[in-house]
Amino acid sequence: MLGKLNWSAIPLDQPIPLVAGAVVLVAILGVLGWVVVKGHLPYLWREWITSVDHKRIGVMYILLASVMLLRGGSDAIMMRIQQAVAYQSQGYLPPEHYNQIFSAHGTIMIFFVAMPFVIGLMNLIVPLQLGVRDVAFPTLNSVGFWLTATGALLVNISLVVGEFARTGWLAFPPLSELSYSPGVGVDYYAWSLQISGVGTLVAGINLVTTVLKLRTKGMNYLRMPMFCWTTLASNLLIVAAFPILTATLAMLLLDRYLGFHFFTNEAGGNVMMFMNLIWAWGHPEVYILVLPAFGIFSEVVSTFSGKALFGYRSMVLATMAICVVSFMVWLHHFFTMGAGPNVNAIFGIASMIIAIPTGVKIYNWLFTMYGGRIRFATPMLWSVGFMVTFIIGGLTGVLLAVPPADFILHNSMFLVAHFHNVIIGGVLFGVFAGFEYWFPKAFGFRLDERWGKAAFWFTFIGFFITFMPLYIVGLLGMTRRMQHYDVAAWRPWMIVAAVGVAVLTIGVICQIVQLVVSIRNREALRDRTGDPWDGRSLEWATSSPPPVFNFAFNPDVRGEDAYWDMKARAKQQSLAHETPDYQDIEMPRNSPTGFVCAFFATIMGFALIWHIWWMVILGGLGAWATFVVFAWRDHDEYVIPAEEVARIDRSNIQERRNLVSMAGAV
Amino acid sequence: MNLLDPQGPVAAGNSTILVDSVFIMLVIVVPTIFAILAFAFWFRASNPRARYQPEFVYSGRVEMVVWSIPALTVILLGGVAWIGSHQLDPAAPVPGTGSPVRIQAVSLDWKWLFIYPDQRIAAVNTLTVPAGAELNFQLTSSSVMNTFFIPQLGSMIYTMNGMVTKLNLRADNEGKLQGLSAHFSGDGFPDMMFDVNVISPLAFPDWVANTAKTDAVLNEDSYKKLMQQGIEKGRPVYRLEDPRLFDLIATQHIPPGPGPALASEAGRSHSGGHDAR
Repeated sequence: MLGKLNWSAIPLDQPIPLVAGAVVLVAILGVLGWVVVKGHLPYLWREWITSVDHKRIGVMYILLASVMLLRGGSDAIMMRIQQAVAYQSQGYLPPEHYNQIFSAHGTIMIFFVAMPFVIGLMNLIVPLQLGVRDVAFPTLNSVGFWLTATGALLVNISLVVGEFARTGWLAFPPLSELSYSPGVGVDYYAWSLQISGVGTLVAGINLVTTVLKLRTKGMNYLRMPMFCWTTLASNLLIVAAFPILTATLAMLLLDRYLGFHFFTNEAGGNVMMFMNLIWAWGHPEVYILVLPAFGIFSEVVSTFSGKALFGYRSMVLATMAICVVSFMVWLHHFFTMGAGPNVNAIFGIASMIIAIPTGVKIYNWLFTMYGGRIRFATPMLWSVGFMVTFIIGGLTGVLLAVPPADFILHNSMFLVAHFHNVIIGGVLFGVFAGFEYWFPKAFGFRLDERWGKAAFWFTFIGFFITFMPLYIVGLLGMTRRMQHYDVAAWRPWMIVAAVGVAVLTIGVICQIVQLVVSIRNREALRDRTGDPWDGRSLEWATSSPPPVFNFAFNPDVRGEDAYWDMKARAKQQSLAHETPDYQDIEMPRNSPTGFVCAFFATIMGFALIWHIWWMVILGGLGAWATFVVFAWRDHDEYVIPAEEVARIDRSNIQERRNLVSMAGAV
Repeated sequence: MNLLDPQGPVAAGNSTILVDSVFIMLVIVVPTIFAILAFAFWFRASNPRARYQPEFVYSGRVEMVVWSIPALTVILLGGVAWIGSHQLDPAAPVPGTGSPVRIQAVSLDWKWLFIYPDQRIAAVNTLTVPAGAELNFQLTSSSVMNTFFIPQLGSMIYTMNGMVTKLNLRADNEGKLQGLSAHFSGDGFPDMMFDVNVISPLAFPDWVANTAKTDAVLNEDSYKKLMQQGIEKGRPVYRLEDPRLFDLIATQHIPPGPGPALASEAGRSHSGGHDAR
């Protein structure tokens, strides 16, 4: 009846996951209870859960990422403590638990923190920057988000029902095959990624189409803000690379479920094929993450320097170059497989070539600051911190691309330090910059600067205290994923790294405090003009938060930095006072399709993991039926009458006029 | 285990390239970091002496320089990578004094088996080699992937079931080194560290002769026992019955090692590593 599922699936002998699970469960029930008691449920359902508004979906993506960041961060703290204490002892985590933790940490941080955070910011901002009212496929967008949430949910269920993969975050066979990982851990891993992978692919298709097909009047390609370009590049990579991941995991699942032999030791299976396939996705994946971050830094550096981006065309070229070349370097992840000197050298050089456009980007940000008038608001601090940190990560990255150096650094703690250097220093700093920068746009008030700056400094310094020691133990020969060790020389550095993680944790706490303090002081921090940073692109041309239709009129773009131009022209002409001619606006109706579909996908995923076949059929049919119902819908739009548009728009226009006239008076 | 304290020519080559590459990059990285901090500081909004140049958004000369700097660095490093890849190819010979020693390494769950086919002996978790001689490694795995790595001798390489990888090393100085697996392979993975005894070429034949006196015999049966999941705390040595044992493993005539037994039907697999502790 319930497949492999029975009471022994609950890890009653392991207090840590049980207590953690209980705390999370209580928290969820508490929030749910509060929502129901306060009567917020209809509001949540109407305005958020079924929303197809790209801004709302973006916010939900970011919320999901933030929650999962806390989960992945807890894993990180546990790992650093384990390695600090497990010298000549077993530490406090047995191998079967420690191995789950580092596997979950990697999986969560990449798929359920970094991905949803960047996709959330792209969703929130790109349509606004393009000057349009919505994304290309609003309901599909909602489906994409909810499927990602399904994946995250399944990963968290594995904490208390069964186990998570103990194979590392890429589940290399043959270790991940049934003979060496007979538990459900790898199945949790694979099905979460299959389901959320569909969500990511859908989000990628949606955003590519949005950038290519929906741009406002005059917004030609070479007038798009840099963030739109990096979004385009990143989502092209998603569309090209995620099917590889899906196919690879599908093959692994066929091995595990139906006795196929794609990657097994027996019957001609080939583990090297898995390595190639997973990295053919995995390397583009890191650029999927970091390119949007580059876009965010471009926006932030330009805005806070009070200058247009230096060498815009060069930046576009560099972005697209990274997009293309990132597909040709995957083999550098396994130089030590013994492929031969020509293959290794060619892939090593190809990997280094990516450093050229990346270096150009750094220099272009540098020259954007040159001659600027730099305001060090929190987003700018993250950006400058990024530039310094990321260069170091780039250096070690190019070093690892030199095959003979990689022969002694591969899989070492040096490598661990390197990719945290670029993912924290690049992606995480980027999304934090974007979070601080665009928060007022999403919610209508700015975030508290003092706590924001404290968060930056603790995270920045904590990062160096944590990861510089890892570079050093890497040079001392320490390899990754060691549950315990006997080498005395490694010990002091592991203790320093654990201290660093404590400092990083303070940084995270500062951000939580910042959020709470800002919500309390929201009236004082209110952004009435919609343009709190003296911005340059179109998202600042509408109110904060923007109305559901984003713009009452499609903006007319006449150059790069569209909104900066508009402001300049408005100041010159002391703003024309004619009454605009408002029109009715059609917007897509909300739809529960995404939520319902994800509900059935969750059931199906859980049932597949536990071999509960009737439930698999139920979930599959339910998800399919949801699509059919959606496909047969009669009308999917509603009209916002012109008077309503006028009412919403006027108050914002008035605020803006006040701002411009004040600026004129000064 | 310090990578920057190499004990053989391969490790010396690796670490030289590592250090040289870092210095080549530091030449541009340090000034760039300095420039970032300097520009950010000087052009702060509160500095009245900094000139605001909002129109400085394009300069062909600057563009040429900023594309050239990383490009030239990469051309230089690309040369280092090309030459280094060929010179330090793991399969390339590493000439040494005396006759080369053939060693066949097998990664087991979770220990290392070192077979000396010419000497007809084998050892678990201890690798004994003569200083100065070329060491020809052939490597495979009994089950999952591992990576054979002796940090101070250089170049690591994967071990994979059903496949043989090749690695040539040389240890120049007598002494004790440590090796490890550098690819996660399951619960007992951290216990896959092994001793490397580099002894004088004169003592090596004595060590071989002494080892060959052992009663323990390595043949298909004892190998199958050895490949069960578990940690080996001791340092057993064997007489090798059949010098083709490695080929039988690599060609899967001896089937791959078994995994863990499921403790319950509920999907939480039992840990071999747990037992062995």
